Amino acid sequence: MNAPVNTPLPPFLESNPRLDRWIAFPAPGRVTVLTGRVELGQGVLTAMAQIAADELDVALSRIAVRSGDTAATPNEGYTSGSHSIQAGGIAMRQACADIRALFMAQAASRLGCDASALSVHDGAILRDGAATGLDYWSLTDAVDLTVKATGAGRRKAVADYTTIGASSARLDLPAKVFGEPAFIHDIRLDGMVHARVVRQPNRGASIATIDEAAIRRAAKGPVEIVRHGNFIAIIGGDETTVERAGGAAPSHVQWNDAERPAAAQQEAPWLLQRPTIDRVLGDPAPADPQGRERFEMTFSRGYLAHASISPSCGLALFKDGHLTVWTHCQGVYPLRAALAKILPVKAEDMTVVHVQGAGCYGHNGADDAAADAAIIAMQKPGVPVRVRWRREEEFMFEPKSASMVVKVSALLDADGKPSDWTQEIWSATHMQRPGGGGNLLGALALPHPPPEPPPADVPEANGGGATRNGVPLYAIPASRMIHHLIPDTPIRTSSLRGLGAVPNVFAIESCLDELAARAGQDPVAYRLSITADPRARATIEKVAAMANWQADAEGGTGHGRGIGFARYKNRAAYSAVVVELDVDEEIRLARIWCATDAGLVINPDGAINQLEGGIVQAASWVLKEQVRFDSDAAAGLASFDWDTYPVLKFSEVPEIDVELINTRDDVPLGVGEASSGPTAAAIGNAVSHALGLRIRDMPLTRERLMAAMLQA
Amino acid sequence: MTTTVEFHVNGQPVSVAPASDETPLLDVLRNELGLMGTRFGCGLEQCGCCMVLIDGAPEKCCAKPVWSVAGKQVTTVEGLGNAAAPHPLQQAFLDEQAGQCGYCLSGILISAKALLDSNPAPTRQDIAAALDGNICRCGTHVRILRAVEKAAAVMRGEVSR
Repeated sequence: MNAPVNTPLPPFLESNPRLDRWIAFPAPGRVTVLTGRVELGQGVLTAMAQIAADELDVALSRIAVRSGDTAATPNEGYTSGSHSIQAGGIAMRQACADIRALFMAQAASRLGCDASALSVHDGAILRDGAATGLDYWSLTDAVDLTVKATGAGRRKAVADYTTIGASSARLDLPAKVFGEPAFIHDIRLDGMVHARVVRQPNRGASIATIDEAAIRRAAKGPVEIVRHGNFIAIIGGDETTVERAGGAAPSHVQWNDAERPAAAQQEAPWLLQRPTIDRVLGDPAPADPQGRERFEMTFSRGYLAHASISPSCGLALFKDGHLTVWTHCQGVYPLRAALAKILPVKAEDMTVVHVQGAGCYGHNGADDAAADAAIIAMQKPGVPVRVRWRREEEFMFEPKSASMVVKVSALLDADGKPSDWTQEIWSATHMQRPGGGGNLLGALALPHPPPEPPPADVPEANGGGATRNGVPLYAIPASRMIHHLIPDTPIRTSSLRGLGAVPNVFAIESCLDELAARAGQDPVAYRLSITADPRARATIEKVAAMANWQADAEGGTGHGRGIGFARYKNRAAYSAVVVELDVDEEIRLARIWCATDAGLVINPDGAINQLEGGIVQAASWVLKEQVRFDSDAAAGLASFDWDTYPVLKFSEVPEIDVELINTRDDVPLGVGEASSGPTAAAIGNAVSHALGLRIRDMPLTRERLMAAMLQA
Repeated sequence: MTTTVEFHVNGQPVSVAPASDETPLLDVLRNELGLMGTRFGCGLEQCGCCMVLIDGAPEKCCAKPVWSVAGKQVTTVEGLGNAAAPHPLQQAFLDEQAGQCGYCLSGILISAKALLDSNPAPTRQDIAAALDGNICRCGTHVRILRAVEKAAAVMRGEVSR
């Protein structure tokens, strides 16, 4: 059975309608999938290949994927927000369905039969199940794929999918396991120079003095110092020499108007004293709360680093009037647009190509490193330039996830259930992507830096930034968010996996446990009693069953278990997590279970891998991570390496069980960020259960544990 | 001051002339010998992306001067196996899909190799302890631990694959 003809077209197919932008048949037996989605470690290229294999009915082994190339692939904006399968996958499905329909029409006309008599088996076209001698490749000359998508191709019904929904091995993993060149860091171009940048400490800082002789002495080898305005780079043929000079150079450059954040600014309460831009979203404030009990609790989280395992890297070559940039950023088209604003090159004279970097969990230093390379390449026409940030540089200059304060204020009905919910949020922005170029670090040091973009956060239509998941999914008659956007913070902030969802879900789910305790109810039973959405109910019930949740488990014993639940962005995947842990002087995770409803899942093992990763990373955030400031440190940060910004280690990771439910629904629900908020909340609730007291500020460090226990 | 340094990489003799006394083994592997499998992560001997075996012992080589390995046997991830003849560890990592971005895997495979060389039957705790010098930021830990356990079982002949 076929699904109905799809109009209107999926948005990304509407904006990239030419079919040859999605699929190519480059040689007999070969298919190339072209996608604007880029590999960030999440396995999206494998999923896109699976989609094309199924809709075209060709073996997965015939498919190669080309991604994120302004010269070849569709413009799908940024690969972010767990959108790739939900929005990009549907576009790929429809594009393939349209392409398949064009081939069927051509074959039908050659065979003098009705297209409905035809089917495809691994690229070969069959008529009533019998070979016709025709296949995709024998018809490529006759089928024009430069035409626009119409939506006339019927996508397969979910029940007919065979590759979609079956776990597939990651296409990119063998090269990584065998140590082949797999990353942008491994590119070596003829005549290439290595480069390190001496970073301007902040917007508006200018060079006071630069001791070039001292930098050269520190290099202990030949280097060239490239200057353009307040942009300084050290380049040379030997990477060791350039790295050495780059490490020494910051202490040989003095800056005017340098600002360095102070330790007091790193803690969340500082946010409450800042000027804000305020909005109220949702239902009007309750006219008369009289007679209803009020419950209030305030939570916070510090600044977080992406802390990708490798520092950012970018390459660029300006030759014969054309600029080519290699980058591991999340959006090659937006980066090209931004570079066109800051460099004397038009977008049409520029190619930006994605090459895989180390794990990317949001807007890290990748765009900036690419811009650095491009700026230097424009100064050195004909010379390929490779910039690789230093480890300390990555920690100090990558955009951080904003510190947040979340205050919940709920009115309770006679049964102790929330009847009115206010989520009041203080946060810097979660969105300072390159956009118009005004957020590219290197650009700020140029002679004519682009203007500072006006303060803004991610619109709610895109899931919100600080407000993401600020509305509980539970059946609460009235709710609202009060959003205090803090336009001016001491360090640059932008998107990190989940954005505001993690602090918001942590706050909501912590309050749910508090309210359940007040009502004398078990946390799972209490949640179910205010959950109307059947998929939410099924997800919570599933994880409780997986964890063998006992309603009467005794608390305050040092051993605890807790639950957390959310539907990411209230529109992507549903995820519920149970954490079991022990607390003595510190918190030791014992076991984690996760149930997730992600709707139609393309690659179940890939989705589970992502959910596991989200769980471990969130556990690391909650237990360990906070970017600390120090006005005496080089760039004002006390967190500048893995010793000063520790993350979860192998011996600290517990056994994790993840199960997917409802995977044959027609609609995929983005999964990459779904488990993070519920994990953070479940850890908080488990600690509370173990200790009989609640720590409301993340990270849940040993110092905070001790302080809380002393106060109790 | 520049002198030639001779040592073995994955069984092959190599002779290099580093630009300085400080040139680390990692830069020589990547930039002189074209062996990209050993990755740069920090340059501070903290993250383990650059783990190699030196005379069989796992060592971070991002800050280890190349002269210090003169006359020694260096094994990198490329020396473990390849697609045609994978090492049991590499096969187990593929079987368990133990990777997300995969950047940390070269160093982790080397640390795991060193562990299994000295302890063919490690517990889960032994494996975790042996990998604590390697950072994985994507959160693939559970799969990696499972893969090393599986490879150990294969190498002991307890399971075929």
